[in-house]
Amino acid sequence: MLLIAVKANCQSKMVTIKGGTYTPLYGRDSLQVTILDFEMDVYPVTNKDFLEFIKKKSKWKKSKIIRLFADENYLYSWKSDTSLNKSQSLEAPITNVSWFVANAYCECQGKRLPTIDEWEYVAMANEKLPDARILKTYNEFILSWYEKPKTFNNKIGSTFKNYWGVFDLHGLVWEWTSDFNSVLISGESRKDVDNDSNLFCGSAAVGATDLMNYAAFMRYAIRGSVKAKYTMKNLGFRCVKDKITN
Amino acid sequence: MKNIKYIALLFIAISNFTSCNTKQSNKENIITYQCPMKCEGEKTFNEPASCSVCKMDLKPVASQSKKIEATNEISETSIFNLTTKWNTEEGKVIELKDLRGKTLVMVMIYTTCKAACPRLVADMRSIESKIPKDLLNDINFVLVSIDPETDTPERLKEFAIENYMDGEQWTFLQGDISSVREFANVLAVKYKQISPMDFSHSNIISVYNPNGELVHQQEGLGVDNKETIIKILETVNK
Repeated sequence: MLLIAVKANCQSKMVTIKGGTYTPLYGRDSLQVTILDFEMDVYPVTNKDFLEFIKKKSKWKKSKIIRLFADENYLYSWKSDTSLNKSQSLEAPITNVSWFVANAYCECQGKRLPTIDEWEYVAMANEKLPDARILKTYNEFILSWYEKPKTFNNKIGSTFKNYWGVFDLHGLVWEWTSDFNSVLISGESRKDVDNDSNLFCGSAAVGATDLMNYAAFMRYAIRGSVKAKYTMKNLGFRCVKDKITN
Repeated sequence: MKNIKYIALLFIAISNFTSCNTKQSNKENIITYQCPMKCEGEKTFNEPASCSVCKMDLKPVASQSKKIEATNEISETSIFNLTTKWNTEEGKVIELKDLRGKTLVMVMIYTTCKAACPRLVADMRSIESKIPKDLLNDINFVLVSIDPETDTPERLKEFAIENYMDGEQWTFLQGDISSVREFANVLAVKYKQISPMDFSHSNIISVYNPNGELVHQQEGLGVDNKETIIKILETVNK
């Protein structure tokens, strides 16, 4: 009982995402991708959540982390291993974290990072529609966020609640995905990836399925340019979990 | 009685949490900064600032320590910090740190690949053939599968024999989906499954010194491997 209670405590709120088939900006051999039912965190992981995690797992403390797993900017603004800077809010999303630590965090909660396809599937919803990508207002909202400075210090829940009941996919921070390194748009990809004709910059925009979705294109471009140990002040994460079906 | 069991479990869980810190002070490296979009090519800066072209914040560039010392401790940038388990083509289960002590030349491939992998494998063999025979004992050529579901140890063994890569100096590794993803991230290799049989992936051959620190990456297919070979010879444990 005790163990279950402890476990339930550190679980953040999740909602069920009903699976389906959709056309992402970049697909596989067929354009359509099928998503199974899964559960997603309602909010991005916060500074507070992360603080609790780091108290238990000292391997990931700012002073302990090894350079293989995070660059020099890891938890850049934190005052110490276990305290934030005055200007940082406990309720703001955690940022300046690498893919390795995001991955470890979700694993510790019995969850995992979402795949790109899962993340994009949920993120194409607005307040009312599961797929709002055709709406001009949807794209304008996201692009206007990209122009706003310092949204990473806003509190979670300060943007809109989407069709699935998920907050802050757009408007606060970018988020890590488990397979971000499957996006083959990168400096290297120009010369060394064997099958990148539809994944490289200029030609990519033409090869992509939806020319209007410039915001999504920017997200793929960011994923293609980061490495797993990079940490950025506007890049956080949230976790998902497979839906257990009876 | 039941409660005691749970409490004991909890203690085990807590003690697990606190058992993994390996930290070594290694702060002599000079940090340089670079635009993440490489607007100005490979240009680096000594101060953190923003890029004059795209205005993004400059990112620190990992500078490699010039001197390779044979120390007992595993350094911060060593791939031997990864604790995942791998199956070899000989059916053994190993961790990466079991490969310690030899220079490692690593590449990620999958055996059903028809396009780039045969050429990548040819590049690996070409490198191997240019190494003096008496040094081969100190080098391990490691091929890691990005398709762990298809590439079982048996399949990897067959592939090794077919391609005349069954000698002591060759090692093939099968992980699982998450360990392969993590390993690719360490190598900065990108890959994506584009159909059940096909993957798109970066063509990178990486050289690690006997302590598991990256010393060189060769990018592209059929490129001149002179520099790669020089780097390998430099790092071989004498």
